[in-house]
Amino acid sequence: MAYVAIADRDTHPHNPDTFITKYIWSQDHKVIAIQYAITAIFVGVIALVLSLLFRLQLGFPDSFSLVAPNEYYQYVTMHGMIMVIYLLTALFLGGFGNYLIPLMCGARDMVFPYMNMLSFWVYLLSVIVLLASFFVPGGPTGAGWTLYPPQSISEGTPGASAGIVLMLLSLIIFIAAFTMGGLNYVTTVLQARTRGMTLMRMPLSVWGIFVATILGLLAFPALLVASVMLLLDRVIGTSFFMPEMLSMGANIDYGGGSPILFQHLFWFFGHPEVYIVALPAFGIVSDILSVHARKSIFGYRMMVWAIVAIGALSFVVWAHHMYVSGMNPYFGFFFATTTLIIAVPTALKVYNWILTLWRGDIHLRVPMLFAIGFLFTFIHGGLTGLFLGNVTVDLPLSDTYFVVGHFHMVMGVSPVLVIFAAIYHWFPKITGRMFHEGLGKLHFWLTLLGTYSIYLPMHYLGILGLPRRYYAYGDTDFIPESAHVMNAGITVAALLVAAAQSLFFINMIWSLFKGKKAGHNPWGATTLEWQTPDTPPKHGNWGHNLPEVHRWPYDYSVPGEKEDFIPQTEPARMSAIPNREHAHSTK
Amino acid sequence: MGSNSSESGATFALPEGFQDFTRDWSADKQTFQVPWGKAMMWIFLLSDTFIFACFLTSYMNVRMSTRVPWPNPSEVFALSFGGDPIPLILIAIMTFILITSSGTMALAVNYGYRQDRAKTAALMFITAAFGATFVGMQAFEWVKLIVEEGVRPWGNPMGAAQFGSSFFMITGFHGAHVSIGVIYLSVVALKVLKGDYEASGNYEIVEITGLYWHFVDLVWVFIFAFFYLW
Repeated sequence: MAYVAIADRDTHPHNPDTFITKYIWSQDHKVIAIQYAITAIFVGVIALVLSLLFRLQLGFPDSFSLVAPNEYYQYVTMHGMIMVIYLLTALFLGGFGNYLIPLMCGARDMVFPYMNMLSFWVYLLSVIVLLASFFVPGGPTGAGWTLYPPQSISEGTPGASAGIVLMLLSLIIFIAAFTMGGLNYVTTVLQARTRGMTLMRMPLSVWGIFVATILGLLAFPALLVASVMLLLDRVIGTSFFMPEMLSMGANIDYGGGSPILFQHLFWFFGHPEVYIVALPAFGIVSDILSVHARKSIFGYRMMVWAIVAIGALSFVVWAHHMYVSGMNPYFGFFFATTTLIIAVPTALKVYNWILTLWRGDIHLRVPMLFAIGFLFTFIHGGLTGLFLGNVTVDLPLSDTYFVVGHFHMVMGVSPVLVIFAAIYHWFPKITGRMFHEGLGKLHFWLTLLGTYSIYLPMHYLGILGLPRRYYAYGDTDFIPESAHVMNAGITVAALLVAAAQSLFFINMIWSLFKGKKAGHNPWGATTLEWQTPDTPPKHGNWGHNLPEVHRWPYDYSVPGEKEDFIPQTEPARMSAIPNREHAHSTK
Repeated sequence: MGSNSSESGATFALPEGFQDFTRDWSADKQTFQVPWGKAMMWIFLLSDTFIFACFLTSYMNVRMSTRVPWPNPSEVFALSFGGDPIPLILIAIMTFILITSSGTMALAVNYGYRQDRAKTAALMFITAAFGATFVGMQAFEWVKLIVEEGVRPWGNPMGAAQFGSSFFMITGFHGAHVSIGVIYLSVVALKVLKGDYEASGNYEIVEITGLYWHFVDLVWVFIFAFFYLW
């Protein structure tokens, strides 16, 4: 029997009617997306509070006794791990991936909704296991978010007894959850697009999420293997990563393993992980800039190929995290080269974003502000990345606050700004109501300026040589008094930024109930999710007929048209001016 | 790309294989002309390949990093029948069984597409039985190593501790895959037998199960080569 493409099937959405099937055990990708997002933001807030606690310790080492040295390491570790994996990865792929892929591709749902639902519940389990480590004897692991052995499982490290075991279990569970979701995202993009939706007519958001998910499916295996092996080292006493060494003056029971192997495995996952977070952000920001500048994205095809190229290159740069690990120095040469090559497609994207804004009809609404804010923080973080990508510059800067400043700029603030941009941008579609514009703008300015006053001084501290991961600096000769003042200032800024986030939550909750009705397409956007028959879209998304796509997603301000945007569902017209997609595809 | 393809296609002709390739990738609706379940299984297997690749690479790495001599697999995995020990005899039989099961699986897929329910189910059960035999022999091997040779994950009397660690981890992970495959095969075979796929007449699921099974067999070949023969 011939196989019928999903878009050609005559399917009618069934609408689950009980509360439980609609909102709890839901197989609707939109509900799953919101479940993912709420859980991720919830753990993200925990990680934010942890960062405030250890910032208080760093800024005012003599005034507060909130955090003991052990707890300091535990909080730093949990902050890092939660933010990178359980917030950013889960929110971009589980949250936005789930919400946007079927809507933007014109599908009724993910191809395998039951497994998609399972993905969320398994993710929730991983979060519970992670948070449980706060309540076991010894507390959560304090090994640093990279969990390097031998330290992470050696006696004396906080949480080396139970915390590390729960952390590794939680990671393994998370990877299972991600795989279930990720298979859905990739397969849906490949096999479940609607009529007329070719790959080169997909919005860049979908491209970013799609390539990021492929990276995840190929990179998380390395973390899985590293976690399993470290777990075996810790629990049943194998020596994969443990060399012969002395601990507390006595020989340990381990011997013959390779600690550098763990670093290779970890960073073979860890570097693509940066792009698992960055690529969806790139895609989403492209769409938001284009919508709010009322202008087509500059160089769509190059943007797509840049995403693909960055994705491919991200697998051959991992050891630039390991210049000081003691690996063969010739590796440094290779990995520095590939690292600098990856700056080429990345810079191409940045230029294209700026050229998209160039002479656009820019509407400085809240999502646009956050998107433009991202350009600043990302360029900033990208430039310091060039410093750290070079071996000779990296060696003195490694393990200083320069690194902390760099990756918080590029991997912390930048994606988070895009998350805010995206939440504000799609809030009217998700809830059917508008958010409060003024509160949103206040939130933006406090966040952007606040984060700059946190992370910019860190670069300076790093160049002074201030080492990271220290509980307190005491009276160290090379650290001037001004550095301590700066540390205190950073802490104050961090507290302010954290407080400013309450504006966001107030805005979201208030608008959910009291916001103005949004209408189905408040921004005048072309992509499919704004053309749904209902707002918010119902289960099955499209009513009886799937939408049909006739053009690329960036027909803004087309000359000779009445409206300044043409939805993707609008049939092609004969007109004096050839439409842009046409001009693009027939070279 | 819809209306444009005829215009752009006229400019130069691609070789035939490439034409199909570009047609698939520039198509709407779906990129590969296969059911989504099959595409999803291929993508999963790609991801799983990376897991096994990481395990095997790590094993090679620790084998080189340890300073203690590596035990000789030919001796460790030898069995004696009456007199002289025969190296790797058990592994050879296990490998033979697993590869045979790939053959029966391929036949099952064939009969699935002919909608011959009884033969499809029977061949799938035979495949599952081969798989179960493989796992059983692996259990025997584990017991022999642990009880008779004194091999433990954390050490063994023959040499490097990483020998036992890698062995139990990699064969354990692969054995888990085979066990899951046996369950998966049995479930699908039962559904085939009950006629669950008669309504749609669609027996793709047999092939999808087969993809997984062949993959597990293929991985074994690599484990066999890198762990037992090296």
